[in-house]
Amino acid sequence: MVAECLTPLLEMRGIAKAFPGVQALKNVDLTLNEGEVLALLGENGAGKSTLIKVLSGAHRPDSGTICVKGESVEIRRPMDAERHGIAVIYQEFNLIPALSVVDNVCLGNERRSRGLFIDRAAQVAMVEALLERIGVELDPHALVSTLTVAQQQVVEIVKALSREASILVMDEPSAALSHKEVDRMFAVVDELTSQGMGVIYISHRLEEIDRLADRVSILRDGEHVATEAAKTLERDRLIELMVGRKLENEFPARDTAIGEVRLAVRDLKRNEALDPVSFDVCRGEVLGLTGLVGAGRTELARAIFGADPRVGGEIQLDGKSLKLRSPREAIAAGICLLTEDRKAQGLVLGLSVRENFGLPNLDQFSRGGLINRAQESTAFDQYVDRFSIKIPHAEQGAGLLSGGNQQKVVLAKWLFRNAEVLIFDEPTRGIDVGAKYEIYQLINQLAGEGKAVIVISSELPEVIGMCDRILVMREGAIRGELTDIEGVSQEEILRIAMGED
Amino acid sequence: MNKLTQMMQWKAVRQVIEPFIGLFVVLGFFAVSDVSHILFTGSTWNLLLVQTVVVALGAMGMTMVIISGGIDLSAGSVVALSSVVGAKCILLGVPFPLVILCCVLVGGLTGAINGALIAGLRIVPFIVTLGMMGIARGVAKWIANNQTVNYTAKYGNEHPVRSILERTDFRHFFPLPPGVWLTAFLAIVMILVMRRSVFGRHVFALGSNEDTARLCGIRVQWKKMAIYAIAGLFFGLAGLMQLSRLNLGDPTASVGLELEIIAAVVIGGASLSGGSGSILGSMIGALIIVVLKLGSTLKGWENHIQEIIIGVVIIFAVCVDRFRHSGLLKRSRD
Repeated sequence: MVAECLTPLLEMRGIAKAFPGVQALKNVDLTLNEGEVLALLGENGAGKSTLIKVLSGAHRPDSGTICVKGESVEIRRPMDAERHGIAVIYQEFNLIPALSVVDNVCLGNERRSRGLFIDRAAQVAMVEALLERIGVELDPHALVSTLTVAQQQVVEIVKALSREASILVMDEPSAALSHKEVDRMFAVVDELTSQGMGVIYISHRLEEIDRLADRVSILRDGEHVATEAAKTLERDRLIELMVGRKLENEFPARDTAIGEVRLAVRDLKRNEALDPVSFDVCRGEVLGLTGLVGAGRTELARAIFGADPRVGGEIQLDGKSLKLRSPREAIAAGICLLTEDRKAQGLVLGLSVRENFGLPNLDQFSRGGLINRAQESTAFDQYVDRFSIKIPHAEQGAGLLSGGNQQKVVLAKWLFRNAEVLIFDEPTRGIDVGAKYEIYQLINQLAGEGKAVIVISSELPEVIGMCDRILVMREGAIRGELTDIEGVSQEEILRIAMGED
Repeated sequence: MNKLTQMMQWKAVRQVIEPFIGLFVVLGFFAVSDVSHILFTGSTWNLLLVQTVVVALGAMGMTMVIISGGIDLSAGSVVALSSVVGAKCILLGVPFPLVILCCVLVGGLTGAINGALIAGLRIVPFIVTLGMMGIARGVAKWIANNQTVNYTAKYGNEHPVRSILERTDFRHFFPLPPGVWLTAFLAIVMILVMRRSVFGRHVFALGSNEDTARLCGIRVQWKKMAIYAIAGLFFGLAGLMQLSRLNLGDPTASVGLELEIIAAVVIGGASLSGGSGSILGSMIGALIIVVLKLGSTLKGWENHIQEIIIGVVIIFAVCVDRFRHSGLLKRSRD
């Protein structure tokens, strides 16, 4: 087959890739022009990652052609992709924490003097020039381990630039950034595109697409569904294209009467330097806890859960004072924490999904120290049905699931405990629209059962759409409470979160 | 659904079969060689099993430790210490059942100290057990006054400790000495513990992701303490077997035994980064090492050749395992 290529920066045509048992990509086309941002959208498992891995040389396609600047190229290895000016910034950065910015940028691509020694001066000059080019201030000698996530991202971008990349792929670049940092990242992306770079931008946050993207390509079940100009694409239509059906509303309605106080936190202090924290959560209430990244939301949740030490304060459940010194005691008291980082803290990836489900519930599935597997399987199967978890079988390794399904397994294992207080830390991070909706429904259902629910989230539309009341945190303490949820605006929350009140 | 259960059954069958493949390969090699008529006799297999006992018992404890994400380098020294303590007890006229108890408890005590330091002070297992390796060896030499503790002069060859691992019939497979039966029984118990018990599940969870395990309400530090203490009990029991086999307590014996035990566990499919491994695999691993040794001896290969062969087998086993795993991972999408 003779590849016929036009003149866009990048053209992928008829890409197909099968894994044993799954056709991950079916005849996918993708075009990227110079100086544009192309948003690549799709639910988890739609094939975005596979497509990117084909482009970066991590996977070899079964068929299809790739053209860069009108020339047909073959990408067999990551090195080939680099040679053709393709750079990918994954969610997990490829940086070495113990090395400096300069050393990371130049790793494997060192400037040498006399063929043997590293030309440090030349390297530093190059990195400084590149930082200036994208308009970011950063000390080239700083160790990467001392940088914020946003700064590390800049290092990745500089690394791509230093290898003369003309095509930049960014996989969920905003997932771990605060609002301000996202704005700065957008400015960098604007700068790059104005210099002629083409950017493929993957994100689950639809509002970012509106702001950044020129065109949108949507994948569903490994197929290319549509590519449209971002300007003319309505939000509802976009979601419909991704999910393949119409979602009535982004946030399901909840109709639950809010009752008496269930969880009461009084003067909780994680350390002496911080202001004490007090708040209540009531029966049937969904309380939102928001703030910028680093405001101390996760830390507060961990302190309540007994995972981190605290120096003072009291936690009451239904009027009874609890002394929680470990997660074990919190679980026994009826408090559950669904952690933000599913892979590092939510699941044991080496165990099967059934075993993960059973882990906090073994007291119920065992007698005399021996596990009753039949009981465990039966209980798990019920939850698989209830949450429509998509797994081939219960012995599937937890590491092989998509983000949404991983989150559902985490949910299942905690819900089985029938806890009274549930703390969700970023429950929808990295989860596609369809699964998000299901998780919202579940939160509503829990509130309806009379539980007290706390939702920690950075996504303001989610907090406003889902919660009865919002607490805004800054510098480890609660700085504002918003009770009139109907009239709350994102700007109002942000002002409190950033301390501009 | 039918296909699914078939798949799961096949997976279960594979889990049981896989560790045996390596053993069959090794046996196959000797089967086609000129020593097969000696190797494949009941009497030789009787000897093989007797020789596997010490490594196999050690491997039971070590498998648990390695699955939990740790390592225990003190195993060899603890075996020596336990055998010296046992021999001293016999000389002091301690009754037979108490001798057994002393050996096992000495191991358990060193293990508990290891566990307390690892869990309590959060020192990495490699360092703690490296220290214990020296300490246990030193204490053994101290107790034994730097010489072997020989009780045969006082009791002759008739002491009941000897009968634990004594071969009585040199021509047939049966009868097997009680030590072999005990080892087989304990292996079955440990397989059940690791696969079916709450404790076993916690060990796997701990080795695979300690953070998550803690957040699931598992008492991580207590579990670690228990794991090293139980492993110590196994090393102590292995020391008793050593005592029975050598008929004396030798403080300088079993040097490097810990590495042989770790090798058995690794050949059996465990990962040194924790979270995977199996008792059955480790038992087969122990058997592979002993078969290789005995087979090499029968072939008249010298000691250094044996060492090279075992080294190659360890690396080869891990390569095969890695290859298998990377194949599995490739099947995942996104």
